[in-house]
Amino acid sequence: MSRSRVAFGLALFLLVVSVGAFATASRRADGLAAWQQVHSVLIHPRCINCHTAVEYPQQGDERRRHYANVVRGPDGHGVPGLQCATCHQESNANSTGVPGSHDWHLAPLSMAWQDRNDKPLSSAAICRAITDRRTNHNIDGPALLKHNAEDTLVGWAWEPGRDIHGNARTVPPLSRAEFAEATRQWVEAGMPCPQL
Amino acid sequence: MAPATYELTVNGQKRSVTADPGTPLLWILRDELKLTGTKYGCGIAACGACTVHVGGVATRSCIVPVSLIGDRPIVTIEAIGQDPVGRAIQDAWVSHDVVQCGYCQSGQIMSAVALLKSNRKPTDKDIEQSMGGNICRCGTYVRIREAIKMAGGAQS
Amino acid sequence: MKPAQQISRRAFLAASGTAAGGLLVSLYFDRPLHAQQPAQNPRIYPPDAFIEIKSDGKIVIQVNRLEFGQGVQTALPMLLADEMDADWSQVVPELAPAADIYRDPMRGFQMVGGSGSIATSFQQYRELGARTRAMLVAAAAARWTVAPEQCRTEASVVRGPAGQSAKYAELATDAARISVPATVQLKKPADFRLIGKQVRRLDSRAKCDGSLKFGLDLDLPGMKVALVAHPPVFGARPKSVDDTAARSITGVANVFQIPTVSGGTAVAVVADKFWTAKQARDALKVEWDLTAVERPDSAALWATYRQLAGTPGNVAVTRGDRAALDALASGDRIVAEYEFPFLAHSPMEPLNTTVRFDEGRAEVWAGSQFQTVDQAAIAEVLGLKPEQVTFHTEMAGGGFGRRATADSHVQREAAEIAKRVPGTPIKVIWTREDDVQGGYYRPMHAHRVEVGVGRDGLPVAWRHVVVGQSIVAGTIFAGFMIRNGVDATAVEGVADTDYAIPNFHVSVHHPTPNVPVLWWRSVGHTHTAFVMETLIDELAARAKMDPIAYRRRLLNPDAKKLRAALDLMEEKSAPWRAKLARNHATGIACHECFGTAVACAVDVSIENKRPRIHRATVAIDAGLVVNPLSVEAQCQGALVFGLSQLMANGAITLKDGRVEQSNFDRYTPPYIVDAPVAVDVHIVPSTENPTGCGEPPVPVISPAVVNALSKLTGKRYRTLPLVTV
Repeated sequence: MSRSRVAFGLALFLLVVSVGAFATASRRADGLAAWQQVHSVLIHPRCINCHTAVEYPQQGDERRRHYANVVRGPDGHGVPGLQCATCHQESNANSTGVPGSHDWHLAPLSMAWQDRNDKPLSSAAICRAITDRRTNHNIDGPALLKHNAEDTLVGWAWEPGRDIHGNARTVPPLSRAEFAEATRQWVEAGMPCPQL
Repeated sequence: MAPATYELTVNGQKRSVTADPGTPLLWILRDELKLTGTKYGCGIAACGACTVHVGGVATRSCIVPVSLIGDRPIVTIEAIGQDPVGRAIQDAWVSHDVVQCGYCQSGQIMSAVALLKSNRKPTDKDIEQSMGGNICRCGTYVRIREAIKMAGGAQS
Repeated sequence: MKPAQQISRRAFLAASGTAAGGLLVSLYFDRPLHAQQPAQNPRIYPPDAFIEIKSDGKIVIQVNRLEFGQGVQTALPMLLADEMDADWSQVVPELAPAADIYRDPMRGFQMVGGSGSIATSFQQYRELGARTRAMLVAAAAARWTVAPEQCRTEASVVRGPAGQSAKYAELATDAARISVPATVQLKKPADFRLIGKQVRRLDSRAKCDGSLKFGLDLDLPGMKVALVAHPPVFGARPKSVDDTAARSITGVANVFQIPTVSGGTAVAVVADKFWTAKQARDALKVEWDLTAVERPDSAALWATYRQLAGTPGNVAVTRGDRAALDALASGDRIVAEYEFPFLAHSPMEPLNTTVRFDEGRAEVWAGSQFQTVDQAAIAEVLGLKPEQVTFHTEMAGGGFGRRATADSHVQREAAEIAKRVPGTPIKVIWTREDDVQGGYYRPMHAHRVEVGVGRDGLPVAWRHVVVGQSIVAGTIFAGFMIRNGVDATAVEGVADTDYAIPNFHVSVHHPTPNVPVLWWRSVGHTHTAFVMETLIDELAARAKMDPIAYRRRLLNPDAKKLRAALDLMEEKSAPWRAKLARNHATGIACHECFGTAVACAVDVSIENKRPRIHRATVAIDAGLVVNPLSVEAQCQGALVFGLSQLMANGAITLKDGRVEQSNFDRYTPPYIVDAPVAVDVHIVPSTENPTGCGEPPVPVISPAVVNALSKLTGKRYRTLPLVTV
């Protein structure tokens, strides 16, 4: 091969690689931007209140510990006599201010998005928790998208009903459709997580 | 909201009630069906005095609207004695002199029955967790704990 | 603005006058009175007002005060049935309606409180039983033409000397014709069959199967339910009320305004049932005028209270050397400032009363601790005489003092509504929100104590200032319980301490913020015992003395009951105190109130940043104990009630006039996880006159637990509730 062809080949290679790297970087940047959108929903009280690292859920926008000493139990559904279903039914009870949805229960500890002081984890830590196949119940990207887009209990966050005073509960900053779209973009970008 | 008619199964009997759909089951039981054994203590499910069994699950009737019951059978304190675990709990409560004012005890008993039905030999921790949401202002917790263990022992 | 005195003292005394002149004795026993027990009650109580022997053998006994969990409907019948030699299995207690004959023999009005039921009715019920027995025997003896002395009685049967026998049920009619004997012979303790034995409560089964009805369960033909929208600041009135939405709800009968005892106005909703009334009340649009009332604020009150605690108040007690007290400014001393918040009683059954008003008469159903007072109040509202008001006493779901109100505010509310809806039973129900926000709290208190410590580590001088509202000011009890500007209920437990402190000065300030206050199970002792027992413990630690030994050293030699309780507690807790687990500590406290001494040792560790009480050993000297099973239950329960003071959410606070808490989510009582896992109770054997048990164990638990925490953390805890450990 002539040196100029080698040079050209190398330049082309470098161009392709740098374009690829740029594409990767830009794909990553897009993915991270999408993740930021997804994250903004996950840390909203309607979602994070049940993604605790402790033996109890939280309630309210102020995320205080759920009253009446309700506990996680062996599989996140409470304990006999004091199950989640002891109060939470299959749909919201607006006349008494109790939220409800199908199979109301706590997210497993592996899906905790808070520390044991009830403080939300960093965006990076939450991202890692969600994507680590060893602990996230082996859910891949498409399954995550399905979860976010279609799961009934997840969907409750956008129809959370009214509290006992008749005030509508606040909803996440994105609509469910926007949340699903952001998830799709993030998944297609390879589910990148922030470094820190 | 306009009243609706609900066909409920309460203590094995079919009962038809017409009420505002948002009416909590507690007030259907007490005011429509005259079953006053289930008590009003707080109205926000914080105290457990209103506990009944719905579809076999301990349920706080003060916050479940009648419209969400469906065809799940309801059992109240008035009938729990017909269940062997219910009877064992009531007998233990009596022989161990658990009650003081007694107002919370319908709920305590219904919660304890739910526990014992799923676990014949509850540990102290099991008892604390399952009974952890029932308030007794007279402070009968020490005797409740002992009576649950007695009832569990009597069952096995 | 103080709660207005709604019933004049003269009117009350007129309503409560007895043949002897209606002398009201202090609600609280003075020390000497506890020791007295008249050999015979001055009054001969007619058995037929208290006992009915039915033809089927059942013996119905009228209980002259409210049963609200304390066990009086078993204990008083025990006294009577023992002396009567009745068949206990046939005894049926009933809660007596309001009537002169059922007044407390010593206090002079029908009431329950001050842990005094057994103390005041011990003699009375025994004599009733003995008189009934004597009359039954006399009837049998007449029938058999034998001498009464030749007859024996046992389990509702009289037996004659020649094998004759007759059941009480057969003799009842004849016995009723016999004149009530003036004198009676009571049993010697050796002959007791029930008294002093462990006897199970008579009301258990019905409370376990849903059949026993409380006041809230009452259902009468034509009855309506009323809910009241109370002013959010005590004493306020509405500026405007829009009840259009409320009235449009099907089942709503009336909406109207009624006066409140705080000088304000509330809005009553009358409907066919609870849920309708609740929805209607929620639909009311009320604009309240909050400009004309004082709007108390906890933060502002604390600033005032702290400042007052630094200045001398009305003197409750002073003794010893003035110079020694003045020397407190220097020298080896402890200065301790304590803060105690408002507390709500929150019995599990929310307040309720049912009243039906007809022409010239009324009928009332209420779980009342103060029947005489409440009956008179309802009569006053309805323009009737008390004897025109039939007052039924309903079983109550807890009380703790909340159902003993001098101003009868709930009963007055019900009467005001019934007056406007005559001929209809009106059941007024307070929701839990009404209860938590409705006032009548244990008052908030600040204490400031300066203790001069002698070389021997014992306190040589003690200056104590208490700041807190007077509970009885402006009520019918003020005359008996306030002396020299000192409400006895604010300083009890300090002013009358059994610790031998030579130079001792206790004074009190009684601010008057716009908050109705009331006695909360054990009253002043709730805060005074906490101060005394934590300070004594601190002094013991400073002196490097064992806390039990220190107390023994410091107690007056004649503090017989306290010493007995302390000794028994020490003995019974020694085995576990000797082998305490790692990271556990023992806490000790002892206190005497209402004539009874209690000593307590607790085994405490810290779990999840909260005190975990593994066990408590309690010793109690209450004189002769009628039902040790009941005393055991009361001690166990009272300990849990006392722990209300330590709960993280255990405070009622006000902001700009409004109570900030509304239900158990933010005002949180102890659940099972907050209670001791095990409590063993030991009774000092005694033949002294019985004293009370309902309240005495309450004051010791909080200081005992906190004393243990101090050992674990090195911190002193002087502000309640215990938000952080």
